[in-house]
Amino acid sequence: MTIRFVLLVNKQGQTRLAQYYEYLTIDERRALEGEIVRKCLARSENQCSFVEHRNYKIIYRRYASLFFLVGVDGEENELAILEFIHCVVETMDRYFGNVCELDIMFHLEKAHFMLEEMVMNGCIVETNKVNILTPIQLMDKSS
Amino acid sequence: MSSQGGWGSSKEFLDLVKSIGEAKSKAEEERIVAAEIEMLKRRIVEPDVPRKKMKEYIIRLVYVEMLGHDASFGYIQAVKMTHDDNLLLKRSGYLAVTLFLNEDHDLIILIVNTIQKDLKSDNYLVCCAALTAVCKLLNEETIPAVLPQVVELLAHPKELVRKKAVMALHRFHQRSPSSVSHLIPKFRQILCDKDPSVMSAALCALFDLVTADANAYRNLTTSFVSILKQVVEHRLSKLFDYHRTPAPFIQIKILKILALLGAGEKHTSENMYSVLAEVLKRSDAASNIGNAILYECICTITTIHASPRLLEVAAEITSRFLKSENHNYKYMGIDALGRVIKINPDFAEQHQLAVIDCLEDPDDTLKRKTLDLLYKMTKSSNVEVIVEHMISYMRTLNDAHNKTELASRVIELAERFAPSNQWFIQTMNQVFELAGDLVPPKVAHDLMRLLAEGAGEDDEEADSLLRSSAVESYLHVLGEPKLPSVLLQVICWVLGEYGTADGTHSADDIIGRLCDVAESHPGDITVKGYSITAITKICAFEISAGRQVDLIPECRTFIEDLLASHSTDLQQRAYELQAILALSPETVANILPMDASCEDIEVDRNLSFLNEFVESAAANGARSYMPENERSGMSTVVTGTHEQLESSAHALRFEAYEVPKPAAPPPIAAAPAALPFPDFEEQKPESSRSLRKQLAADREPDADSLNPEIVRLRLDGVQKKWGRYSQPQSSSTSTSSLDRRGDHGSDQVTQVGGGHREAVAASSIESGPVSELRQIERKKPQPEISTEKQRLAASLFGGPTASGRFSGSGGAKVSSRPGTVVQPAEKVLPPRPSSGGSKEKASDAGISKQIAAPSIPAPVDLLDMSDDNVPRVMTTAPGNDPFKQLEGLLEPVTTSSALPVPPQTASMDLMSLYDGNPAPSATGPVTTVPDLVSIAAPSSSSGASQSSTNGFPSLMDLGDLSASPFVELTGSVQGQASSKPMSQLKKGPSRQDSLQKDAASRHVGVTPTGTNPALFQDLFG
Repeated sequence: MTIRFVLLVNKQGQTRLAQYYEYLTIDERRALEGEIVRKCLARSENQCSFVEHRNYKIIYRRYASLFFLVGVDGEENELAILEFIHCVVETMDRYFGNVCELDIMFHLEKAHFMLEEMVMNGCIVETNKVNILTPIQLMDKSS
Repeated sequence: MSSQGGWGSSKEFLDLVKSIGEAKSKAEEERIVAAEIEMLKRRIVEPDVPRKKMKEYIIRLVYVEMLGHDASFGYIQAVKMTHDDNLLLKRSGYLAVTLFLNEDHDLIILIVNTIQKDLKSDNYLVCCAALTAVCKLLNEETIPAVLPQVVELLAHPKELVRKKAVMALHRFHQRSPSSVSHLIPKFRQILCDKDPSVMSAALCALFDLVTADANAYRNLTTSFVSILKQVVEHRLSKLFDYHRTPAPFIQIKILKILALLGAGEKHTSENMYSVLAEVLKRSDAASNIGNAILYECICTITTIHASPRLLEVAAEITSRFLKSENHNYKYMGIDALGRVIKINPDFAEQHQLAVIDCLEDPDDTLKRKTLDLLYKMTKSSNVEVIVEHMISYMRTLNDAHNKTELASRVIELAERFAPSNQWFIQTMNQVFELAGDLVPPKVAHDLMRLLAEGAGEDDEEADSLLRSSAVESYLHVLGEPKLPSVLLQVICWVLGEYGTADGTHSADDIIGRLCDVAESHPGDITVKGYSITAITKICAFEISAGRQVDLIPECRTFIEDLLASHSTDLQQRAYELQAILALSPETVANILPMDASCEDIEVDRNLSFLNEFVESAAANGARSYMPENERSGMSTVVTGTHEQLESSAHALRFEAYEVPKPAAPPPIAAAPAALPFPDFEEQKPESSRSLRKQLAADREPDADSLNPEIVRLRLDGVQKKWGRYSQPQSSSTSTSSLDRRGDHGSDQVTQVGGGHREAVAASSIESGPVSELRQIERKKPQPEISTEKQRLAASLFGGPTASGRFSGSGGAKVSSRPGTVVQPAEKVLPPRPSSGGSKEKASDAGISKQIAAPSIPAPVDLLDMSDDNVPRVMTTAPGNDPFKQLEGLLEPVTTSSALPVPPQTASMDLMSLYDGNPAPSATGPVTTVPDLVSIAAPSSSSGASQSSTNGFPSLMDLGDLSASPFVELTGSVQGQASSKPMSQLKKGPSRQDSLQKDAASRHVGVTPTGTNPALFQDLFG
């Protein structure tokens, strides 16, 4: 039950954030992202938010122009991951204030830091927003 | 904060991000990134880049890689950035490094030192940054460098640090379990941390540990239950809530762990019932997260020892999911249904319609999920419908991964539940058509075998009808433009074997079609081979029926092409065809009898037909034959063997061959050069090969008599049949056998008549397609072995294994309505037939190795073609040959054959060795050979060490529990602590007991000699 990757992709299919929890070469990532994005973007609103691809299950959720995709392996609770995505978005929202694609682009490292706090070794370790944001805010203050 | 703001980001960076953001096409994006790379390459090496600026460059490098380009030129800058004193810069450096590098990258070694320093930092945020990096950057070799510091941080006052330290240990455990094996008890301890975040981190690690060995953690069940209870009762801080649901991700994690602990354990499961009921009651069915928890409850309830009341609730929730309009819930519902019906199969009926809806839904995900469910639900009564749906779905697929998977499922279902052979053949044809070359060749062989054997030995009429219909359908299929190679092979074989059998098609007709096949696939050597062999068979049938064969011009050209082919295999086939055309009808009828693909081939084990040749060669001064292994030794340094050879062989000696070679060349390649009579030498590969055949043939009649009850279709033996010839082969063997045929082939044919067929079969065993076809001809004996295997598999794994396979088709013969017969047959199948099948295959593999094993040492007896060879073999196998000793190490078989033990013993040893199971050493009625003991030893010692690590340390941790300030959460754990020492003490030894018991049961299972000694005497005696 592990998360294999987290991807943020806009509706043109451009990657906005990519975090892998297993090592793939750049070419492998590129190919994988291309295939997944093509699959997910082709789906309609009322189809289910899960897609199987190769040996991944991809759970995705769309927020305005941005797709959040999470790749997991076999025995993962899809609905829970779907809510986890929402939790990520809420956290970003709290930090950036009404988060949008450009926020993530301009502060890519901050978005990564949040994910680092929430997911480690492919496991969800933190969903408490105070716990997630405190170290990042302290860091902002100190520098 | 404004999206354009950015703390101190330069205009350049903003422009870059904007231009990437506004890029309208992939091409435009690529141009921007390419320009960026050029720019960064220049800037990054400039002296005195301000640190803030450098951080920006590094983030731009992250962009470059994220957009799919190589940024390795800047990795070193990211590594340097981790040294920075500024926390933000340091963490950015770590982030970039974790994104850029994998744990085996050379640069990692430069970071380990920094990490070590940072782990000691007074600033806990620096520690956290380092721990985050630790989780991604360290591999087995670098873990020990930081391990002590990470362990120290487990006691850090800041919960954030503790949490990350736990996750770092978790990561170490994933990467290299041995490095942290002594720390496993820590995870139990951390479960009682006062901070819920730290506790939840421990859950991640414990999940992995419980997955690996649930027994060792069953005593934690009450702790998990009590934690879950407190979470559900909302006793954690509101900060952990998600949409008013208390810590849902912790709940789900614990539910997963409980499922693992409770599986198959009645008592443990009963402890969970009340908390599960509580979770079910409190979860909000109106929210996504509530339903996620409910779904997880279903998974747990259906995995642990069942509680009827909870199952009822689970079924209810499943129904609600299925009835929902929301596709996500439907998806979860289908999955949940699959779980519920595993326990209560009748439950599926209520939801038939919902399932059909999902199946017909345009949503691909839902459809596939439903097919998964149907696959699990398949019975003989519904196989036709389900397979039909699968095939029609397969038509819509275009990626290889899914297609392969689906095809293998269809094949599995068809093989298991086929209502009739007709249906099976048609289904297979469709699979071949759709999935083409994704289908494994085994399936094609199974199909050929099915056709050859028919439904049973007593119903010739039905069989020939089946074959005629197959011929018709294949002639029809041939009309289609693009066919996969595997299907063409099947078609060629069927046409060759049965094309003219019922008289509706003339030989010329079929030969013409076969030529067409070969012609339209000029690049496919295998198909060509199948095609020419099929033509050969048809010609042979014609000749033996007394008709004049006048090849059509098309065919003549084809043969001429092949005679000049670059493939020696095709050449040989063409020559064989030519040779057969020149023979008398009687001889031909002996070589390739009509419809004899199931017939046994008698093999002259001693190759007595060669005696005359051998004697005359010996009389002319040929040296007597020397086994291969000795020969390779001789060509190197073995003086002992050498002298013996000199005395025993009266042959001429050419000095040149005495020069010791620096390294042992491959024996076969060396043979012609190393011995003065290459002609004679070339017999060797052939004789050893045919020996294997003989061993097989010898065994078969016995096995046959043991299994008089086999009348069913047997597809299962086929696989092994091909497996047997998987010994490494060099191309030189097939060419040498070809040469040999060129030299001696003709006089053998005239001398030995029927022997020719054996020679052909033997010489072509290595040569791919011919051999496959020929092996089909020797098929009859094989199924007997396969039942043998089934029997063994049953004794090994204690299940009816494949005996239920094709029971449906057996029933279909009795009644044409499959539905009526099927139910009883269903009961024969094991609960999870797929796993039974795979186990059976596993044992197949084991047995095929066993069968192959005796044949390896056996050539020692035989290769020397004279009768008095055995004693000489014994003496000429001295233990002081270094190469032989080496072989002995690598290949236990050779060693044991050289040991002065009776052959019976040797074969037993082989079996056990190949099984990788120490069984016979303990219970077998034979002498114990040291090898076996050494195999058996580690398993028992590891068992002991495991039990010691699992038993006692946990005692210590539990002592710490009382010190934990997290009273709320650990209250019950503490209460337990007093009672635990007792259970722990019991736990230790009982674990060992169970290991021993397990080992003992395996011993009993694998010692076929114990249950059926006669059987194995037959096999090996």
